Amino acid sequence: MTDAIRAEGLVKRFRDTTALDGINLRARTGAVLGVLGPNGSGKTTTVRILSTLLQPDQGHATVAGFDVVRQAHEVRRRIGLTGQYAAVDEELTGNQNLALIARLLDFSRPAARARAAELLDRFALTDAADRPAKTYSGGMRRRLDLAASLVGQPSLLFLDEPTTGLDPHSRNELWDVVRGLVDDGVTVLLTTQYLEEADQLADDIIVFDHGTVIAEGTPEQLKARAGDQVLQLETVHPEHLGRATAIVEAVTERGVRHSGTEVSAAVTDPAMLPAVVRQLDDAQIPVAELALRKPSLDEVFLALTGHTAQAPDTDSIIPEEAHP
Amino acid sequence: MTVTTTPSVEAGSTATPMRPTGPARLTPAALVRHGLLLTWRSLLKIKRNPEEILGLTFMPIMFVALFVFVFGQAMMGDWQVYRDFLMPGIIAQSVIFTTIGTGITLNTDIQKGIFDRFRSLPVTRSSPLVGAVLGDLVRYFLTVVVILAVGMAIGFRPGNGLVGVLASTAVIMVFAFALCWISAWIGLVMRTQMAVQNFGMIWMFPLSFGSSAFVDPNDMPGWMAAFAEINPVTHVVDTMRGLLVGGDAPVTEPLLWTLGWTVVITAVFFPLAARAYRNRS
Repeated sequence: MTDAIRAEGLVKRFRDTTALDGINLRARTGAVLGVLGPNGSGKTTTVRILSTLLQPDQGHATVAGFDVVRQAHEVRRRIGLTGQYAAVDEELTGNQNLALIARLLDFSRPAARARAAELLDRFALTDAADRPAKTYSGGMRRRLDLAASLVGQPSLLFLDEPTTGLDPHSRNELWDVVRGLVDDGVTVLLTTQYLEEADQLADDIIVFDHGTVIAEGTPEQLKARAGDQVLQLETVHPEHLGRATAIVEAVTERGVRHSGTEVSAAVTDPAMLPAVVRQLDDAQIPVAELALRKPSLDEVFLALTGHTAQAPDTDSIIPEEAHP
Repeated sequence: MTVTTTPSVEAGSTATPMRPTGPARLTPAALVRHGLLLTWRSLLKIKRNPEEILGLTFMPIMFVALFVFVFGQAMMGDWQVYRDFLMPGIIAQSVIFTTIGTGITLNTDIQKGIFDRFRSLPVTRSSPLVGAVLGDLVRYFLTVVVILAVGMAIGFRPGNGLVGVLASTAVIMVFAFALCWISAWIGLVMRTQMAVQNFGMIWMFPLSFGSSAFVDPNDMPGWMAAFAEINPVTHVVDTMRGLLVGGDAPVTEPLLWTLGWTVVITAVFFPLAARAYRNRS
């Protein structure tokens, strides 16, 4: 299988900050590559370089086999870009926005009209087709934005934080659209700060922090790196939490995560669970829940970077069943 | 890994069932086509934006009426005489102030990511800039038409007829084309729309008022008159006055000065704007 995207040693500096410090990445053709990282980790800069909006200071990248700097035009003929930084024109109607892009892509006038109508229908925007985009709701605007990036039937789609700021319903709708595109054979590069999103959509995940790649692999592989399992403990009495934390910390020798009355930590050795149980018993701490489970991506991030992703919903726990 | 020097078309086409879109090569014809499409986009906004219609019609009407009827009598003892003196000046001033819109629209389009959308498409690099500027030239032209219509409604009659009207319109359009690169440059380097508004406006006041547009420089104190004499706006207005109003006002000399200034301004600010456009990310 060929790689749809290949980047080697990408470096980008803005004045005195280094946004990218030697990024390598590969996206398999027909797969979804999830680029995961907190704000300012270099996700958007990478997307802007790969979509030819920005030139790297060092390193090089190919998209669909074409160099993003020297063969930018050929790259542009094959990609679609949606996200924080590629917008629709608010003053124009949904219809005009799509028709304009189709015309820029050399569609004839009737073909442009037909393509716009087709996309508006597909994204459930037909009723709003002749209203200016500024009257659209957040979810509708994202759909129009996505439709705009699909006018030319790109074989490769960049989605830069496509669901940031969307309500759960709109977010699920957008996820379904992305899955549909992947079924059609489109390669997707998706950036997100939402761990759940990467886990839901991505075949491969690459984790960014401070302009470098700190981990990559399938969601399962990444979870494995944070320890095979996570020990989760809840005390009956909240006042015991401190002592319980100390015990878990001492046994696992790992960073411990709190949320509410829960403590969790990565477990690398199966013998750790009985050790924790013995010590809790010695300390006479009653336990409400004690379990081993697969780690969430947030815990992966904690294990990899020593800090949690600074996304608003870092507490969201990914259901294990999401990945067979 | 070495980068393939020849485009690996096979990799691009066998990897996916989709075919590339857009023109295979960007010819000058493509630039014209893309530029005109984006001009159409720029013009669609006039219709949709009430503020724009207000700015393009109501403001000029108000300015003409206020200047003629408030200052006219006091300036020249007869508002009708002042009206005829004022017309070329107020056309020039209004068009000059309209150029600020070029910077503001460019800045807004970049802030909102609309240019990124266009730049990620296989279209000519400069077509968004071309579209914005051509669309604004239409706005300048509308400004001229509105003011002339108001002037004629209150009795102004161009002394050199239609030829004079067309010639003086051409002069201000050419000059505005040069000025819009100053505005474009400001719009492309400033971070916020507010900054564009402020910086774009600041230099316009001394240039348009410190000229022969509203008052004869002979009636100004020496230093101000000296400034007015070298001010390009004075040359533009003097040329237009000669063409539009007629009489014995010389045209050739101010016209040459105007063209000279146009070349100089364009030569300085077009490259600056073009570079800012390329660098803006």
